[in-house]
Amino acid sequence: VPPEVVRGKRAALFFAAVAILLGLPLWWKTTETYRAPLPYSQISGLNALQLRLMVPVTVVFTRESVPLDDQEKLPFTVVQEREIPLKYKMKIKCLFQKAYRRALEHEEAALSLGSMQEAETMLAKSQKQAEGSLTVYVISEHSSLLPQDMMSYIGPERTAVVRGIMHREALNIVGHQVIQVAQAMSLTEDVLAAALSDHLPEDKWSSDKRRPLKSSLGYEITFSLLNPDPKSHDVHWDIEGAVQRYVQPFLSALSAVGNFSVDSQILYYAVLGVNPRFDPASSSYYLAAHSLPHVINPVESRLGSSAASLYPVLNFLLYVPELAHSPLYIQDKDGAPVATNAFHSPRWGGIMIYNVDPTVYNASELPVRVEVEMVRVMEVFLAQLRLLFGIAQPQMPPKCLFSGPKSEGLTTWELDQLLWARSVENLATATTTLTSLAQLLGKISNIVIKDDVASEVYSAVAAVQKAAEELASGHLASAFIASQEAVTSSERAFFDPSLLHLLYFPDDQKFAIYIPLFLPMAVPILLSLVKIFLETRKSWKKPEKID
Amino acid sequence: MAAACLRLVWLAPLLLGLVDGGRAEPPRDALREELVITPLPSGDVAATFQFRTRWDSDLQREEVSHYRLFPKALGQLISKYSLRELHLSFTQGFWRTRYWGPPFLQAPSGAELWVWFQDTVTDVDKSWKELSNVLSGIFCASLNFIDSTNTVTPTASFKPLGLANGTDHYFLRYAVLPREVVCTENLTPWKKLLPCSSKAGLSVLLKADRLFHTSYHSQAVHIRPVCRNARCTSISWELRQTLSVVYDAFVTGQGKKDWSLFRMFSRTLTEPCPLASESRVYVDVTSYNQDNETLEVHPTPTTTYQDVTLGTQKTYAVYDLLDTAVINNSRNLNLQFKWKSPPENGYVHYQPAQDRLQPHLLEMLIQLPANSATKVSIQFERALLKWTEYTPDPNHGFYVSPSVLSALVPSMVAAKPVDWEESPLFKSLYPVSDSSSYFVRLYTEPLLVNLPTPDFSMPYNVICLTCTVVAVCYGSFYNLLTRTFHIEEPSTGGLAKWLANLIRRARGVPPL
Repeated sequence: VPPEVVRGKRAALFFAAVAILLGLPLWWKTTETYRAPLPYSQISGLNALQLRLMVPVTVVFTRESVPLDDQEKLPFTVVQEREIPLKYKMKIKCLFQKAYRRALEHEEAALSLGSMQEAETMLAKSQKQAEGSLTVYVISEHSSLLPQDMMSYIGPERTAVVRGIMHREALNIVGHQVIQVAQAMSLTEDVLAAALSDHLPEDKWSSDKRRPLKSSLGYEITFSLLNPDPKSHDVHWDIEGAVQRYVQPFLSALSAVGNFSVDSQILYYAVLGVNPRFDPASSSYYLAAHSLPHVINPVESRLGSSAASLYPVLNFLLYVPELAHSPLYIQDKDGAPVATNAFHSPRWGGIMIYNVDPTVYNASELPVRVEVEMVRVMEVFLAQLRLLFGIAQPQMPPKCLFSGPKSEGLTTWELDQLLWARSVENLATATTTLTSLAQLLGKISNIVIKDDVASEVYSAVAAVQKAAEELASGHLASAFIASQEAVTSSERAFFDPSLLHLLYFPDDQKFAIYIPLFLPMAVPILLSLVKIFLETRKSWKKPEKID
Repeated sequence: MAAACLRLVWLAPLLLGLVDGGRAEPPRDALREELVITPLPSGDVAATFQFRTRWDSDLQREEVSHYRLFPKALGQLISKYSLRELHLSFTQGFWRTRYWGPPFLQAPSGAELWVWFQDTVTDVDKSWKELSNVLSGIFCASLNFIDSTNTVTPTASFKPLGLANGTDHYFLRYAVLPREVVCTENLTPWKKLLPCSSKAGLSVLLKADRLFHTSYHSQAVHIRPVCRNARCTSISWELRQTLSVVYDAFVTGQGKKDWSLFRMFSRTLTEPCPLASESRVYVDVTSYNQDNETLEVHPTPTTTYQDVTLGTQKTYAVYDLLDTAVINNSRNLNLQFKWKSPPENGYVHYQPAQDRLQPHLLEMLIQLPANSATKVSIQFERALLKWTEYTPDPNHGFYVSPSVLSALVPSMVAAKPVDWEESPLFKSLYPVSDSSSYFVRLYTEPLLVNLPTPDFSMPYNVICLTCTVVAVCYGSFYNLLTRTFHIEEPSTGGLAKWLANLIRRARGVPPL
């Protein structure tokens, strides 16, 4: 082989080597999109997360509640586990950790008092209970604390009372009753199903459940008085007083769930979008149940967006119908007038129609002064507020006495229920967000993943895991806070604007720029490589032929 | 949206025990509305609407906010961003002072926003940025394009118009977006802020398709604190919504100068807004001797109002809508205005621009001699921008914000001192210190500058050309290095040789 040809071959090989070893990495490095590493395996692990919700229940036995030999065995702890069947990828298990113990001196004294109220106030003084935990007192079979036909009692705080029994299987029977009471006061399938309603498939089970408000860090509550006819009605409402008296106590009881801000406005010439039907028999106007959905949209454009915050808004509208359309009533599906003259729309708010007393028209000339009866309005709005937050009517076990909430309108264990539900919902939301973010990033390789996005993802994953651990160990308050953190960081990562920076840099434009340079450079290198390869193969085969 | 009927729940017995509170207090807020119709010297007609909501409440103190006439959206802004004053205007067209006389309230073309923050605000720039974003959402405008490149902090002009106990200019921000196009979508949210919406009172005249068929359209929102009483012991908040339009009476009236409310707005006033405590229409009927035309107003006004406005004695026919009158027709009149500037001490403040950070600011306090023309000119260089900084239509040019002229003009007639709170709204916008002069703020037209515009396909052309040159050089270089060259003996045969031999034979030369 002549030396000239060898030199040419070497030169071609050198070119190819420079292009591959130097050119390719350089090109790769300069055009690469920065993608910080993400915990993909942990995120896919979150999908198979097993949520174990532990409810610590303290069961306190008074002296004559169960037979003596059963009392000898105290104290001990039983854990009862129950799987909650939901069509959801996350398995949810409920653990009731029952710690049995004997009553202390002051507890004995309190439970031997005459009435339940006295006993409760005395017991409440002595101890502070953690969020999510329950205490069940077992009193003697013949105690006069409960009415004779009642077997158990559920109080407004985190306490309940169960009647004991003198029986060989006393502990088992009492234990069964305690579970019934504890379930009513903490976790039921309904509560969790409502919390996960967004994530469950649309089937019969979830569709007739009212969807509660989505979990958020805060909520804005707006009361609006709609006066479509200011020429005839001069409407006044004492909203400051009503908010202070009725709404604030309820909201301060709920303050663990989020921040609340309350405001109100009066809107004039704001009309409902539906013309009511006239009923000659009662000479009044009716809004039929099927037309109620059309009422909201035209009104909503006047309500105004909330400029000051990003929290979801709950609207409560008080509508004073115009003189030409009053009195106005809402009909339910069967055609009967609704007693409260109000309706609510899940996740949006409620509307109440307030008819002006017709006798005032005779007394004075238009416009008549109308003072709104705030008690009547606020009891409807507060009931709607409970429904919107998904605080259902409690389901009582049989033969159970329920004391009802204190003046703020919310029992402590209802708040705990809400916290359980919200924690589970937050975890589900955070998991979904993280999973879809991971899927999206895996699918589209153009997306830049910055370090701060990655750190948000990491902290979201850590917060999910922490919340799950706290739930399993029965620390409801810290679990709720961790779940909120998880949602916040996962959403922040998902909606980070830096993800979109290079997304719209299409491939055809990239190639239009690369081809004029890369094609003329790559073709000679490839051709000479092919040529060298062919020649080498020929020269290898030749000696074989000679053999 | 699914709706569900609701039956009363067990909360009833619980609340009934509590006693309902006392009767509501007397209304702490008041609405005054006003329309001034001014026949302009050029024959056009200007209509200026003002809606003023006064609220006797300290917005920044109260925790729970309850709104009646004051719009909730703006009230929340005041308390959230700790605003002291907010002035926002959207303007289409330019007020031609030479032909139309001095305006009650002029605004630059496009959008103008200037805000005084409370001195409790720590990060003014952040609040300013957030505020402009929120306002852009409320008014459907592109105020979100306000950033540090078009924001200035004037030091001499734009003093607070309302109650102020300190004028540290650090808390002032001013920005103009000359490119902003004002349209119906900006008017609708503006109308929604009115208590009577556009259902009753003067606001029924605000019909978008007529308001935008005008030579000049300017809508504005002014929020400022004012004194609640004469001794100024506490403050109230004032929201003024103003809208000025100039109708080209010749064009719309087919050459006649007659005009009517119906012809201008395609609506008439039918009923007063029941919420307004004052609802008036003023028609400028000042008569001038040098013109022979006289103005007839129909129906005959019940009262007239005479006062010195913008330095001139003016007579207005007043129609109080809360009485009975409904306006049908009236006629037009030529007016002439003369304009002089006040003597003041000189002051020059110049803040040079930083590229891509802040614009130039030149403020001059000058005393103009009588009957003179003053020219302020600035030399500038045209520069190339970064290629991503060009707008989608770069050949349209780039706007330079209009300059502002704030002047204290000596009045030709001495005005009698009047109670500020009682006088009509068009008189009380700018605080007047003494009656011998009046305050005017004028804006020049925005300047449209053509910058050198590159050919935008150039980068790709350059890339292609460079790549081709590189590829050609590379190709020959590559060939030179990898190919082996050796001299080859010319082979026998071939078409060329045959042809050559043919020619040689014809010439009689021996063949190759």
